[in-house]
Amino acid sequence: MIIRLRNVRKVYKMGAERIHALDGVHLDIEKGEYVAVMGHSGSGKSTLMNMLGCLDRPTSGTYELDGQLTTRMSGGELARVRNRRIGFVFQSFELMPRMTAVKNVELPLVYAPDGWRGRHKMARAALDRVGLADRAHHKPNQMSGGQRQRVAIARALICRPSILLADEPTGNLDSKTSAEILDLFDAIHKDGQTIIMVTHEADVACHAKRIVRMSDGRVVSDLPVEADEVYALASYHSGEGPLEQGVVGQ
Amino acid sequence: MSIFLAPWTFMRLLIQSVILAAGQIWSNKLRSVLTTTGIVIGVASVVAVVAGLTGLEALVVDELEMFGAKRIGVWPVRPETGPMKRVSWSRVRFYPEQFEGLLDHCPSVDCFTRTTGFGATVSFGSHRVETVDVQGVDPSAHKISNRSVIMGREFSHIDMETGAQVCVIEEKLRDKLSLDRECIGQKILIGDRTYTIVGIAEPPAEFKLINTGGGESYTVFVPFTAIYNRDSWMGVDALAKSADVAEEAQAEIKFFLRRTRNIKPGEPDTFGVQTVQRILEGFRAISMGVTAVAGSIVAISLLVGGIGIMNIMLVSVSERTREIGLRKAVGAKPSAVLLQFLVEAVVLCLIGGGVGLGIGQLLTVGMANIPNFPLEKAHIPMWAVGLSFGFSSMVGLFFGMFPAVKAARLDPIEALRHE
Repeated sequence: MIIRLRNVRKVYKMGAERIHALDGVHLDIEKGEYVAVMGHSGSGKSTLMNMLGCLDRPTSGTYELDGQLTTRMSGGELARVRNRRIGFVFQSFELMPRMTAVKNVELPLVYAPDGWRGRHKMARAALDRVGLADRAHHKPNQMSGGQRQRVAIARALICRPSILLADEPTGNLDSKTSAEILDLFDAIHKDGQTIIMVTHEADVACHAKRIVRMSDGRVVSDLPVEADEVYALASYHSGEGPLEQGVVGQ
Repeated sequence: MSIFLAPWTFMRLLIQSVILAAGQIWSNKLRSVLTTTGIVIGVASVVAVVAGLTGLEALVVDELEMFGAKRIGVWPVRPETGPMKRVSWSRVRFYPEQFEGLLDHCPSVDCFTRTTGFGATVSFGSHRVETVDVQGVDPSAHKISNRSVIMGREFSHIDMETGAQVCVIEEKLRDKLSLDRECIGQKILIGDRTYTIVGIAEPPAEFKLINTGGGESYTVFVPFTAIYNRDSWMGVDALAKSADVAEEAQAEIKFFLRRTRNIKPGEPDTFGVQTVQRILEGFRAISMGVTAVAGSIVAISLLVGGIGIMNIMLVSVSERTREIGLRKAVGAKPSAVLLQFLVEAVVLCLIGGGVGLGIGQLLTVGMANIPNFPLEKAHIPMWAVGLSFGFSSMVGLFFGMFPAVKAARLDPIEALRHE
């Protein structure tokens, strides 16, 4: 078990009002899973994502990552966990504009105590893995959106994280580039990487093997992709859905 | 606990931060230039003032060394208080017998000369020189004033005993009087008396600060006993055994003279004793005062500069909020973010300090090269270099702390959402 959330609550105070962003979430994720978290805005999926990424701490409940209880950790220890065990992919890439692709990919190693020596090799290897070996010395403004997201994915993978967290990774991309990025996620998943992705697009979600639906801070449905309604919807709308790609058959 | 970083990680982050800061400053060139102006001006002005004072001090020290750091002047003074306040000069005046046995009682004193003198016209045949400074001295005067006899001889014991009509002159007086080059033995008229030239003394060292006459003034030395009478003014010049014991020699002379001049305990001295060292100390006090005033002015400009730095760092933090958020997301501890921004502020200030130092150096070179301006030796002392960099980094640390803490405390979620 790589992720183990037990009765996690997150309460924000907004004046006199208390907002339950997460209201008793239980969630277990095994190593090697590919999970999509879906829900409307305000459903708590972003809060869940921040919680899983150790960017935020629950008001109550426990979160075990890789068997380690993160709930009681200090800010510095959480930073270390983020550095070692979590890779983030954001909707708007979040690359350093003045750094080359390889420097951007190296960034997490700056904060890793033992990651300094082989950093170039590691960054090169990560870029190679996302198919951008020839763009190592380009800066973000010399690259297309899809290439930038690939750099971001390489950066997320460089420390060999336990989980890859992607927050609407295709939200800023056109459909063709989105498909390429999703193919890349599929390939990474095939290599055994645990992936958790937040999305509201059915097309995107059905690349995952498991769909977790959130509403009002609770998990309202947690099903294998074939059993979830996105599956039918996606195939219906795009005509290029997983049925045609033969996902079901496998 | 984990907020502290392991030394190795710290060093690496420090180097990283310096590189990062340099890049950041380079990509905001104009802004960085404007921001550091305050620091630049502050450092440049303090460096220039210090360099100027150093030049002045070097000059004073040089002149005094030339004049003689071992030299001690003794002269009569009518006290401003006490029973001697209204007495006639004849009671205050020095008399030769008061100095008998001085060397036996003052072990730190190497030698001394009595001095007296007047102005007179000196002539040789039809050549006349008006208002020559005629100095009656003992032979040791040549050693004390550092003007050795370079031709002929000093006054002998017999000259002194008999008050012989002999004199030691300067080369320029010899030339002015159109005497022979080898003028020893020739006779000249000082006032209305004939003196035989026995020697030629070295010309005096040239001073810029201490007015020793120079130019068209002439000196002729005669034996003290040749011109002294009990109505003459008399002073004493002494030489300490070394510059280190000059102060002791001064005290010994004071003690000796109080006894020979019958000054009762509690009554003020009726004479002055001064070493050159004292003058130097006086100058140093003034120079420190000037430095302190300049320092406080500079402190104000550094304060203004520091506020500029703080302002720009705050702007930088808010501009780079997303970057900070990302760095935190990929594992930067708050301390690492703090370090990054602190280093940026310090690097900014150090660049300002360096440029200021450069401008200060230009000012110093300019100062040293003004013709006929006695500051050739103006230079920036090492401690001033250290001080300017030290102060610059202090300003950076102090005024960079608040923005850096602000950056370190940013919530990564909020920061990543920042537009």
